[in-house]
Amino acid sequence: MEKIPFEQLQEELYYEKLSNGLDVFILPKKGFNKTFATFTTKYGSIDNHFVPPGKNEPVKVPDGIAHFLEHKLFEKEDGDVFQQFSRQGASANAFTSFTRTAYLFSSTSDVERNLETLMDFVQEPYFTEKTVEKEKGIIGQEITMYDDNPDWRLYFGLIENLYQNHPVKIDIAGTIDSISHITKDMLYECYHTFYHPSNMLLFIVGPVDVEQIMNQVKENQARKSFEKQSEIKRIFEPEIAESNEKMKVLEMNVHSSKCLIGIKALHVDQNGEEMLKNELTTNVLLDLLFGKSSDNYEYLYNEGLIDDTFSYDYTQEQGFGFAMIGGDTSDPDRLVEVIKKMLLDVKTSNPITEQSLEGAKRKKIGAFLRAINSPEFIANQFTRYAFNGMNLFDVVPTLEKISLSDVQKLSNEFISEDRFSVCQVVPKGK
Amino acid sequence: MSVISEIVKDMNGYKLHIVNTEKYKTNTLVWKMKAPLNQEEVTLRALLPYVLQSNSKSYPSTAKLRSYLDELYGATLHVDLSKKGEFHIISFAIEIANEKFLKDGTPLLRKGIDLLAEIITNPNISEDAFDARTVEKEKRTLKQRIQSVYDDKMRYASSRLVEEMCKGEPYALHVHGEMDAVDQITPESLYQYFKKALADDELDLYVIGDVVEEEVTAAAKETLQFSSRTPKSLTDNEPKQIEKVEEIKEVQDVKQGKLNIGFRTNVVYGDPEYFALQVLNGIYGGFSHSKLFINVREKASLAYYAASRLESHKGLLMVMSGIDQKNYEQAVSIINEQMKAVKDGDFNEQELQQTKAVLKNQILETIDTARGIVEVLYHNVVSKKNVTLDEWIQKMDATTKEDIVKVADKIQLDTIYFLTGKEESA
Repeated sequence: MEKIPFEQLQEELYYEKLSNGLDVFILPKKGFNKTFATFTTKYGSIDNHFVPPGKNEPVKVPDGIAHFLEHKLFEKEDGDVFQQFSRQGASANAFTSFTRTAYLFSSTSDVERNLETLMDFVQEPYFTEKTVEKEKGIIGQEITMYDDNPDWRLYFGLIENLYQNHPVKIDIAGTIDSISHITKDMLYECYHTFYHPSNMLLFIVGPVDVEQIMNQVKENQARKSFEKQSEIKRIFEPEIAESNEKMKVLEMNVHSSKCLIGIKALHVDQNGEEMLKNELTTNVLLDLLFGKSSDNYEYLYNEGLIDDTFSYDYTQEQGFGFAMIGGDTSDPDRLVEVIKKMLLDVKTSNPITEQSLEGAKRKKIGAFLRAINSPEFIANQFTRYAFNGMNLFDVVPTLEKISLSDVQKLSNEFISEDRFSVCQVVPKGK
Repeated sequence: MSVISEIVKDMNGYKLHIVNTEKYKTNTLVWKMKAPLNQEEVTLRALLPYVLQSNSKSYPSTAKLRSYLDELYGATLHVDLSKKGEFHIISFAIEIANEKFLKDGTPLLRKGIDLLAEIITNPNISEDAFDARTVEKEKRTLKQRIQSVYDDKMRYASSRLVEEMCKGEPYALHVHGEMDAVDQITPESLYQYFKKALADDELDLYVIGDVVEEEVTAAAKETLQFSSRTPKSLTDNEPKQIEKVEEIKEVQDVKQGKLNIGFRTNVVYGDPEYFALQVLNGIYGGFSHSKLFINVREKASLAYYAASRLESHKGLLMVMSGIDQKNYEQAVSIINEQMKAVKDGDFNEQELQQTKAVLKNQILETIDTARGIVEVLYHNVVSKKNVTLDEWIQKMDATTKEDIVKVADKIQLDTIYFLTGKEESA
C-alpha cells in the first residue's frame, strides 16, 4: 500500500492496485461521522460501440443501456439492494454520466458490512427478462420527467448542436424507443465488457482504519475469480472540429426564455497533467470573463439580460469537451449577440491583467478548499480525474503555475466562432 | 462519533451560536433573520436580502464587492429565503477559507465577520433610501425568480399543492413574494422595511469552524450591535377543519403528470409525538426502502420517483410523484392504501428498524456539513424548544409500533393536486 501525503492540505491518501487490476484509494477523514464509498467503472453513455471480450466483431448497443444496466444491478434474486443497505443504516445510490457509472453508499455505522454489500452487488449481476421489462416502465418515466425539464433539454440541445457523430450527443437515459430494444443478454454483454476490476476504481473516504479497510477489500476481491482481460476496444467515428449546428430554438411550456452559448473544445486527446492544466486554464479564463466580479457580468446583469441562474462551465473528457455559458434571460437573441462579442473581444482587447488573474486563481484555490470539505466531491472527482490520468490533489499546485501568457495563448486558440453554437428554450407560441 | 456542541451567547439584539470543529478547511458564518409570514411584508422581505448582497456603502458595485470576495480566497456570499412553519426566514451565509491550509497565512475569519457586518449594517443608501438602480435591477430579478417557478414542473406542482391546501393561511404565501407587489416597492419603502426588520426580527448568528470562541465573540460584539427586542410569536390559529378532501386537476402542456398529495399531520417539531412522526414518514415514503417507493415504483412500475416529506413546523406531510396521466387513479389509490397500511399498523419489525437506522444515519450525515449543522440547530430557534441531537436520536430510536399507529391516527388527507397533460391518452 502506498501512502501519498498532501502537506498543505493536511490530508493523506492511500493507494493500492490489486492483482485483479482494481485501483483502491482510501482517504481517512477524522472528525466526520460519515464514510462515503464509490465503486466506479469507466463506462458511460458514450461507450455504445465496442468489441466484446473474446469476440472479433464490434457491436453497437441501444442508446441508454449503460444507465439501464446501472438501474438493474440493484435488483437481485432475493430482492432489492436498496433494502439491504437501509437495513444496514446506509443510504445508497448510483449515477451514470457520459464516461462513468458509479455506485455509492454513505453510512455512519456498519461501514464494513456496507462496503461488502457494495462490492458484492456490483460484482454479482442478476438480470432476467422479466425484471428488464419491468424496468422499462420506471426508466420511461425518468425519461419523460427530463423531457419536461427545460434546463435539461437546453443542455442536451446544445450538445447535439456541437457534435456531429460523437455519442456524447445521445441522452444518457436513451429514449423510450431505444430502451425498448434492451434485452438481458445485451446487459450481460456490456457488463462483461466494462465491469472487469481492471476497468474500475474503488474510493473510500471517511473516519476509517486504513489498514483494516484495505485488507477487507483485498480479501473480498481474492474470493472472486476474474479472467484476465485485455484492453477494451471502444470505437468512435471521426468527429469534425467545428460545431455541427450553429443554432437551435426549442419551444416549450415555460414562462422564461433560456439560452446557452457553447464552445466546442480542442485538444480532446489530452490526458494527465496537460489535460489538467488545459481544463483549469479554461475555467480560469471563463471566471475572468464571466465571474460575478467581472465587468461583463455587471453589464449583463444591469442590462437585465441575465439573472441569478446565469452560469458557465467547462467540461473536458477523452474525445469531447465544451464550454457553456448562459441561463434564464429576457432577451435570448441579444444575450447571444453580447456574449459572442465579449468572447471575441478578448482576442483583440487583452482585458486580462496580472492582477485580475491573481484574483481568479485565489478564488479557485478557495473554491477547491471548500469543495474538499465534501467527501462526495472528493470521491467522485478523484475518480473522474484518475480515469483521465490526472490527480485531484494537483489542482492547487497546477493553478498556481498558470501564467498570464498561458491564459492568453488559450483564449487565442479556444475562442473561435466556427466552434460556437447556441441553444434556446422559448415560451411556446410567442 | 461526534455530536454537536453548541455555545450560545446573548449579544446585543441577537444570539451568537458557536460550533467549534476541526473537520473543515473553511469557516462558515450564517446570519438568520426571522419574522412571521404576512402578505403585506412578504415581497419586501423577499427583495431585501438580494439588494443587500448586491453591493454596500464600502463596495458600491457588484463587481467591487465580488472582487473583494475573490481576494479573500474566493469567499462565498449567499442569501437564501425559506419558510419554516409560518415564519419567513432570511439567511446570509459567508464561507471563507481557513488560512491554515493556504500558503499565505493572513487571518481571514475576522475579515469574513467584518464583511458580513458590512452587508447587513452598512448598505448602499443615501437620504433614507436604497440605491435606486440597485433596487430596480433586483426587482427585475425578483420577478424573474417568481416567474421561473412555473418552468420547473416539479417545483410548480409542489408549490401549487401548498397554495391550494393552505388557502387563507399565511403558509400559502410564497418565499419569493407576490408578482403584483414587486412594482409597488420603492427604494424608500424598502429602506423603511429594512430598518423595521433589523429592529423587530429575531436574529441569530452561527459561526462554524476551527475558531477561537473569545475572538469570535469579541468580533461579533464590535461589529454587530442591535437594540434588544422580544421576537414576535405567531398568533394561534385554530387548526384547519377538513370538511372534504379537495381534488384539483390542472391542465398544462406537459408530458409527465405530477401528482402531489398533502396530509395534515397535526403534529409539529418539539411535540412529544414528533419523533414517531419522523419514523412514520420514513416507513411511508421518505426513503428507497419505503412503502411508496416499493409499491408505486418497484411493484407497479408507475413512476421513477414516489416519495413523501414532512414540513416539520407547519405539520404537513406531502407526497410527490411523476406519473403517466392515464395512471392517475391507480397511483392515488396505491398512495392512499399505503397510508391506510401505516395507520393499520401494517408494517413489520424490519421496516421499523431499517427506518430508524436510516434516519439516524441521515441526521449524522447532515451534521457533517457546516450548513447542515446550522439547519439542525435552527429548528430549536424556530420551535422555541431545546431538543439536543442526542435526545433526537434517542427518542426517535425509542419509538414503538404503537407510537406510530397513534400518531398516524392524527394524520388527515387534505388535498390531492394533479398537474396533467392536455390530451387524455387512450
